[in-house]
Amino acid sequence: MPVALRQAGWTRGLLGAMIGWGFGFGLVVALRAISGLEIFQTEQTGYPHLIVPAVTAPFGFLIGFGAFDYWFRWAAGKPTIPDDHSSHGAYSWKDYFKFNTDHKVIGIQYIVTTFFFFLLGGLLAMVMRAELAQPGTQVVDPQVFNGLFSTHAAFMIFLFIVPIFAGIANYVLPLMIGAPDMAFPRLNALSFWLLPMGGLLFMASYVVPGGAFDAGWTGYAPLSTGAPLGQSFFNLGVQFAGASSIATALNFLVTIVTMRAPGMSFWRMPLLVWANLSTSLLVVGATPFIAGAQFMVLFDRVLGTNFFQAAAGGDVISYQHIFWFYSHPAVYIMMLPGFGIVSEVISTHARKTIFGYRLMALALLGIVVLAFAVWAHHMFVAGMFAWLRVPMMITTLLIAVPTGIKIFSWLGTLFDSKLHIQSTSMLFSLGFIVTFVIGGISGVMLGMIPIDIHVSDTYFIVAHIHFVLFGGSVFTIFAGIYHWFPKMTGRMYDERLGHWHFWLTLVAMLGTFIPMHWIGMDGMPRRVADYAAQFGDWNLIISVFSFILGAAQLIFIYNMIVSWRYGPKAGDNPWRAKTIEWLVSSPPPVFNFDEIPRVVGGPYEFGVHGAKHAILSSDHEGAEVTGPEPAVAGAAGPDSGGSG
Amino acid sequence: MTLTTFLRLTAATVVLTAVTSVIMLIPNWNGLQGSAEADDIDTLLDVMIVLSSLVFSVVIVMMVYAIWKYRAKPGDESDGEPIHGNTKLEVIWTTIPTLIVIFAAVYATVVLNDIEAEAADSLRVDVTAQQYAWRFDYPDTGRTSTELHAPSGTQLELHLQSLDVLHSFWVPEWRIKRDLVPGASLDDPAGDQDIDNVVRVTPDVEGTYSVICTELCGFGHSTMRAVAVVESDQQFETWLAEQKDVEGLDGQVGNGAAGGIGAGSLAEGDSGE
Repeated sequence: MPVALRQAGWTRGLLGAMIGWGFGFGLVVALRAISGLEIFQTEQTGYPHLIVPAVTAPFGFLIGFGAFDYWFRWAAGKPTIPDDHSSHGAYSWKDYFKFNTDHKVIGIQYIVTTFFFFLLGGLLAMVMRAELAQPGTQVVDPQVFNGLFSTHAAFMIFLFIVPIFAGIANYVLPLMIGAPDMAFPRLNALSFWLLPMGGLLFMASYVVPGGAFDAGWTGYAPLSTGAPLGQSFFNLGVQFAGASSIATALNFLVTIVTMRAPGMSFWRMPLLVWANLSTSLLVVGATPFIAGAQFMVLFDRVLGTNFFQAAAGGDVISYQHIFWFYSHPAVYIMMLPGFGIVSEVISTHARKTIFGYRLMALALLGIVVLAFAVWAHHMFVAGMFAWLRVPMMITTLLIAVPTGIKIFSWLGTLFDSKLHIQSTSMLFSLGFIVTFVIGGISGVMLGMIPIDIHVSDTYFIVAHIHFVLFGGSVFTIFAGIYHWFPKMTGRMYDERLGHWHFWLTLVAMLGTFIPMHWIGMDGMPRRVADYAAQFGDWNLIISVFSFILGAAQLIFIYNMIVSWRYGPKAGDNPWRAKTIEWLVSSPPPVFNFDEIPRVVGGPYEFGVHGAKHAILSSDHEGAEVTGPEPAVAGAAGPDSGGSG
Repeated sequence: MTLTTFLRLTAATVVLTAVTSVIMLIPNWNGLQGSAEADDIDTLLDVMIVLSSLVFSVVIVMMVYAIWKYRAKPGDESDGEPIHGNTKLEVIWTTIPTLIVIFAAVYATVVLNDIEAEAADSLRVDVTAQQYAWRFDYPDTGRTSTELHAPSGTQLELHLQSLDVLHSFWVPEWRIKRDLVPGASLDDPAGDQDIDNVVRVTPDVEGTYSVICTELCGFGHSTMRAVAVVESDQQFETWLAEQKDVEGLDGQVGNGAAGGIGAGSLAEGDSGE
């Protein structure tokens, strides 16, 4: 056997994919033959000849690619290959295309891959806006249009916003807590490689009979249970993205709980770590529900079960309950890591400790708890039992309180500070506060049942979701990438281009999404390929701004690529930040720390003479002037924010 | 921060709130108020616009002031003041938003009860949706139509059902929306699945409106519309008398109310607009 076929890698991976495909196909043929069924009948049976291989082929690829090699050897009782860490680090661009267990390499793999899906989802949105620029049908027919907005949302949510936060945290979080890597590096690598599988399945839905899945990213039954084949690819793609998400969340939880550097008590964790702790709790609790919901739809489609088929006694509305029990917490899964990023950026560039640090951390946990008790506010007009509406309205509105605490604490941080707003990450963080407050305000309005009854399923909803996911999540993603770009690449980006990117994005974002509120309240429903002529002018304006918004992202890509290659050297700590990742070189050494850092104080001790967050033991002793050792949580000291 | 600064910022916030509120209250966001319920809902929206303007103004004033006042001069590498928090302030900005949202929740509940109150005398209309058409039956008189007609000022009691996938009934001017759920039964509103498929609305402005489907239902979703006409009692009675009997349609609509997937198609030739 040639070496290429024995060694883990792309050749063996593609071979594995083919074998996996053949195995799945053969299994269906064999089982149908044994059962005495017609072997190749497909239309009536949900295409098992395609669905089963769509599961087995990705696993074949992953096995061939080497994702399971270590575990298989262990399971088989063979001597495992001693991990010589040759798979750590990346020395050329080719190393990013390997099964790599280094959290820093995986972080970059995540960020670049998910950005690809961001651009893809953005292009789909551009096609939609081209169609919607004028009333009538010009560019795509209604069937294709339904596929466009469904895949747009699926790419943006499952393959961009949720995983890119996992990617940023993957890179930054172990460094930030002084750990050499994530707790389970092999699981971490597997989590990443599951993602492209989900993306390929979503993309593949465009070429199967019946076209791309077109029941919305919400995939409400029974439209989804009766939809063409593409819907099954959505059901399966979500499984891969969801499994990736859950495994990563478990990894973060264990890493955060067990691998913090000595001295880093919970009350000394940077808020990004708190944010990812909270997010991971949400993912572990909620994501299994969307996996379950999509499996039920798939079974209704392929196996003839009756979970959601009304005619056969299924319960249509229960799909929405299960779906939103994940998909509302998902909104916070897509926002809390951004809160963490913004806290780091604002503290660093305001040269000031976060105002009310402990309350900020507690607010995150408050959101986690409340997030599980608000899902039915998506269903005020769904015809669910009426009594659930008012309790869900109250919990929904209450979420504004911890969210408000965060906004006010960031603003409090700006007071008596030394504000540096020339860095693009700070611009995006401040811009985020404005756009996110607008999204929060429309969210409170939507939480109120009488208003929601009117604007539910209109463009007001589209405006709201884009204010929180674009003005919220995406702004914080940009803030995070600009902030840690010097750490990841060792080079500085072009600040002037960053400013262009920020201002164009902000203005175009407002121009695109603000008018959507208006046309929604005035009677334009969402998810329509065509609309009444009275909304024509606003839609044209929205389309023009959306193209500017799309074009502005090209500046970012150019800036990142050119700066990565040719940017000036950044140095270890260009922002003069306090957290641990800035103590090591840029980019950090393969194993992060030659010696484990020791944490001696809070994470943001700006303005306290001689105070440090952490020291490497090569540093001189005696830096510990930050007050009494707060080994006991709650001890008085500069880090006890809530009592200051 | 001195007391003077605090008062100045407060004044700026009040002014900005007032200006924002006035500007935001001028447009008639939701359009014509075509039902008795619309006014309550729009007033609630107006109150929320004022409260939202306040929150937005607080944030904008704090942020603009901080950026103007605390911006570091070029070359200034020093740090800000080591202020870790202020318990009093944190209690305030936890308590006030809590009070605001409790007020909002109570107010919204009151409005909800008002707009859903049952009138002593109402007209029952059975609404049936199917990809991509509407049918309106008047069970009291046994008449049926593909247009929804209503006498002005009478409360409609709409019983909703769908023959295939989810649809949603919305007349923007009436401010009322509710999904039509397959599996819901017209005559047993509570049903064994607890589907709440009865919605009430009192159109009170004569005119012609659009019934819009707002729940994605397939490729014809954006054209799934029906005409709604609000007219005088007399015009309504005349119109109703001209409509077909429900019984006479048996061949086309399947066997009446219970419905279910494949229970038949709606009136011929009606595919939305």
